Amino acid sequence: MSILVVLPMIAPLLAAGVILVLRRHPRAQRLLALAVIGAMAADSAALVVLTDTGGPIAANLGGWPAPIGVTLVADRLSALLLLVSDVVTFAVFCYAVGQGATRDTSRGDNTIFTAVYLCLVAGVALAYLTADLFNLFVAFELMLVSSYVLITLGTTASRIRAGMTYVIVSLTSSLLFLTMIALVYAATGTVNLADLAREVGGLPDGLRAALGLLVLVVFGIKAAAVPLHFWLPDSYPTAPAPITAVLAALLTKVGVYALIRTHTLVFSHDGTWLLLLGVAVLTLLVGALGAIAQEDLNRMLSFLLVSHIGYMLFGLSLFTAIGLSGVILYMVHHILTQATLFLVGGLVAGYAGTSVPRRAGGLAAAAPVVAVLFAVPALSLAGVPPLSGFVAKLALLQAGSRAGGVAAYLAIAAMLAASLLTLYAMVRVWVFAFWRRPRPASPDPEPPGAAPANPATVRRPMIAATAGLVAAGVALTVFAGPLAGLTGRAAEDVLRPTVYQDVVLPAAGAGGGR
Amino acid sequence: MTPTALNLTSAAVVGGLFTAGTYLLLQRSLMRILIGIVLLGHATNLLLLLVGGRSGRAPMVGTSAPEQMSNPLPQGMALTSIVITFALTTFLLALAYRSWTLLGDDEVRDDVEDARIVRLQRDLSAHRGTTTDPEQTDAEQTGTEQTDTEQDSAETDGSETAVGETDGAETDGAETDGARDEEEGQPTQAARRGAGPARGPDHPEGSTP
Repeated sequence: MSILVVLPMIAPLLAAGVILVLRRHPRAQRLLALAVIGAMAADSAALVVLTDTGGPIAANLGGWPAPIGVTLVADRLSALLLLVSDVVTFAVFCYAVGQGATRDTSRGDNTIFTAVYLCLVAGVALAYLTADLFNLFVAFELMLVSSYVLITLGTTASRIRAGMTYVIVSLTSSLLFLTMIALVYAATGTVNLADLAREVGGLPDGLRAALGLLVLVVFGIKAAAVPLHFWLPDSYPTAPAPITAVLAALLTKVGVYALIRTHTLVFSHDGTWLLLLGVAVLTLLVGALGAIAQEDLNRMLSFLLVSHIGYMLFGLSLFTAIGLSGVILYMVHHILTQATLFLVGGLVAGYAGTSVPRRAGGLAAAAPVVAVLFAVPALSLAGVPPLSGFVAKLALLQAGSRAGGVAAYLAIAAMLAASLLTLYAMVRVWVFAFWRRPRPASPDPEPPGAAPANPATVRRPMIAATAGLVAAGVALTVFAGPLAGLTGRAAEDVLRPTVYQDVVLPAAGAGGGR
Repeated sequence: MTPTALNLTSAAVVGGLFTAGTYLLLQRSLMRILIGIVLLGHATNLLLLLVGGRSGRAPMVGTSAPEQMSNPLPQGMALTSIVITFALTTFLLALAYRSWTLLGDDEVRDDVEDARIVRLQRDLSAHRGTTTDPEQTDAEQTGTEQTDTEQDSAETDGSETAVGETDGAETDGAETDGARDEEEGQPTQAARRGAGPARGPDHPEGSTP
């Protein structure tokens, strides 16, 4: 059974190696990549069922018992997120193949794109599954290095500029991450998360708070929480739509996941954590206000991405089971919806020749399918009932009002405001790009970098992939009841560190073994 | 584990590396940022080694008693991090080189919002001038910034000119600031875009209302 836990990390890495060998066979490359990601999705679906019925599953790599060796653990939280991520990566890869991003500019890009994409998928899977702080660092690096390559793949001036900011900021946060690991190791003598959860109780309060804050800063940069968000709207929109979609959907969410994992397991809080609550409110408002000031669709979506990270931070800051359940529900919804919106952004740019809604127009008549594909996730993101965004937001609002207190109600107000601003931004895009009559071709040329370097053609697989994601988002609404049950159980697991500890460190010390 | 025998010298070295690295990271030139990242990487690796506790024999089974060995785990972590920092330094160097071939310098560019503000200011001074020069916009659109403010001028024109009239003094101030910076040998982005060779002929028109 533990092979299921190892597979999502090993399989894409092996496939990436094989793809490099298959340089001259692009069709085989694509089929292999699709097969691997599809197998991962099936695997993680099995993990969801198994962990929900039988509790977390651990695998000790190399047969070394837990505090010494590297351990991978799948529990309800990580299995569920892994499943959603795999679904998104599968659909985005279909879109990329359809768009021809796999053969972007010159020969060889095909191979590089596919191989690096699989490395990114492996990094995301490893980050969800690892039970070890240092291994989490390695997973983040695997993910980030792949994203550096993807963002700077076509080396135009604007992508170099954006890539530069992105690489430097991410590298700095990685070095802070390492520093944090060194300090944690100095204080406790272990980097295994389950072991840490035991050891950290003996530390003085001040030291514990300082380490917790350092963790917050490190993962705050990755998750784009507000004082540390500035790099995101500047770097993501320059890449082609599928790359932006997968980065926006997964990377920040992995940061949020790492925050949840470390702060519930190691640095747990009693009651509401006011600092994180404040960060959440700032993130909500700054992101949403930034979004309505943007003209470019992709930049606007990037600011909305920042804004909606605030919802997740809010749920985490409550430290209640119902709050965390809302966070997990929100993550599932947001991974799907955000990826879909960026893909639709690519479709809009393909049809209109521009990603600035003001310059487009008449798309509702010209491309009714795209209009539907835009409207559903846009309304879902804004939280219009009955779509999945509404369900997730409702869960968070209930958690907030259950927690009570002035701070929680202020945060609820901020969440509602951010939701309204999201709706406003989406309606504006709708009115300009879809409803208004088409504009005559403007005489002045497109400002460089405003539109992703898409070919102006929209192929059928691109629409099919986007439609698949939209359907998955609607399915979230349909199965909201069972899903909310699952996230509730996952949140209860997360809040009881002993569940995790017992699996990672069995009392007998024999280890699970493979 | 024994208490860490962290001596003052190594602590000072780590602190110094972090300080110098952070300082360099905040510079404008990419080479300095790169060196800053290298220094920060060294600081982190040294810190990882230091937290392993007292030094000792090589940790190989059978060569010495386990009590005399040093702790191998932080060494392993340091090794991993050295590899990663090294690879990323190389990648960053390649990016800096690419930036240099494309743009002619290795400075970090203004981000999009900054470029937009600078450009808005310049547009305002152009509004105050007698002519609107299409050449200027053409020249700017070959730059790195991606803005679309001039497209929306139909809607925001009124407010823009209003701001232009009240803010005229400030805009002029910015131009002279830029000129002064250039004399000091450290041209800012605004100054270079304002007075760069790309739009040299336009400049007098733009700056003399």
